[in-house]
Amino acid sequence: MAKVLVVTSGKGGVGKTTSTAALGAALAKSGKKVVVVDFDVGLRNLDIVMGAERRVVFDMINVIQGEANLGQALIRDKRVETLSILPASQTRDKDALTSEGVAKVIAELREKFDWVICDSPAGIERGASLAMHHADVAVIVTNPEVSSVRDSDRIIGLLDSKTEMAAKGGRIEKHLLLTRFDTVRAARGDMLKTEDVLEILSIPLLGIIPESTEVLRASNLGTPVVLSNPDSAPARAYFDAARRLEGQVVPMVVPGEKRSFMTRLFGRRVA
Amino acid sequence: MAFVLSPDAPIRSWLAELDAQIERSSTFFAGRPIVVDLTSIPQSDPDLETLFDELRARGIRVIGAEGADGLTPAIQSVGGPLIGGKPLGLYEVPDDPPEAPPPPEPTSMVLDEPVRSGQTILFPQGDLTIYGSVASGAEIIAGGSLHVYGTLRGRAIAGVTGNSQARIFCRKLEAELISIDGLYMTAEDMDGFRGKSIHARLDGSSIIINEIK
Repeated sequence: MAKVLVVTSGKGGVGKTTSTAALGAALAKSGKKVVVVDFDVGLRNLDIVMGAERRVVFDMINVIQGEANLGQALIRDKRVETLSILPASQTRDKDALTSEGVAKVIAELREKFDWVICDSPAGIERGASLAMHHADVAVIVTNPEVSSVRDSDRIIGLLDSKTEMAAKGGRIEKHLLLTRFDTVRAARGDMLKTEDVLEILSIPLLGIIPESTEVLRASNLGTPVVLSNPDSAPARAYFDAARRLEGQVVPMVVPGEKRSFMTRLFGRRVA
Repeated sequence: MAFVLSPDAPIRSWLAELDAQIERSSTFFAGRPIVVDLTSIPQSDPDLETLFDELRARGIRVIGAEGADGLTPAIQSVGGPLIGGKPLGLYEVPDDPPEAPPPPEPTSMVLDEPVRSGQTILFPQGDLTIYGSVASGAEIIAGGSLHVYGTLRGRAIAGVTGNSQARIFCRKLEAELISIDGLYMTAEDMDGFRGKSIHARLDGSSIIINEIK
């Protein structure tokens, strides 16, 4: 049974697209058939982060408007066989996304893939609400900052009220992905503490991704960090998060946490 | 067993009484066999001819007539006079049981979910209880008192229908604004109570906050 996952945040620049690419690649590496879908019509970026920007011929808007079929628009990743990308249009705007068209595309993707990962645009307008509308699972990407946390809280409220799942009286499964976690600033106490973020948002934690030059380099190279440097700290954190999405229980690693002799003896601390 | 209806003259006013009875016992005649006793009706009564049609129109199933002076077409239409029936005594048609009064409108509401930023919960009918936190940028509004069993970070507006007795309780105060019966207090004026469990009420024209210890 295919799962539709939306990666969303409300606020921009927190790492939605990077996380979509990394989670998509991590799930695909475990053998699952995965498609990452860019919903940011007019400001597409997922194709660049995935290194597919020169291979885009047709996009989701073409499919919605009947100018191409889904098979023509899907781009298969060259590194991971089971990973595909459905790009957004850069020349159109979000009004070109119709809710019937999106519903049709998502239904078709559900038949072809195990995971349909929708990269939501920032904001709470049309693009974001269409990206989350058909989701079964949501990953809320949040930075440990007050503004990001409040925007995420707003998005969680919308996930619980405006999605297809909510309209049917169901509950969308929600996970918090803390990104750009700066170990130096965390040690100085400049950032919101993980437990404060969890207390405010009261949804389960999927993972903590450390701020890292590795992530930036990977984005610029057009290779998700889990492929460019699978042993780096952020890549390992994304792999763990992907395993948790698949329902596995993986101990949580808090980046840069100084582990005393005692805690090393008695196991890792779970945030 | 058949029931006997005994019309008396004038038939029109008897029908009106029958209607009143049907009003009170809506389902009594449904499916019951009815015999009409015409002893008290003179054969010359002009309404006799239409009596059985009137009864049928009321859903009364007439199986026969008795006590008639003669054989009119109307009596023939219900199968002629019945003979040999034995009266069993008077039967009082029972009235329908009175309709149960509608349940009273609830005067309190409990939410088990946190209130998220951007959401407004409005309950003008009475008290509102939130079993969770109220996020920054969220709003809870009640006609009565507000109870928050979590952190209150957003706005809490109590007594919105003009209730100066309304109060605000919360387990941890981080509110942006609290208001009771139109009077309000912003975060700056709550400095001494931040992070504490509090109880706020109105004293004259000012909001008094007390720590709950």
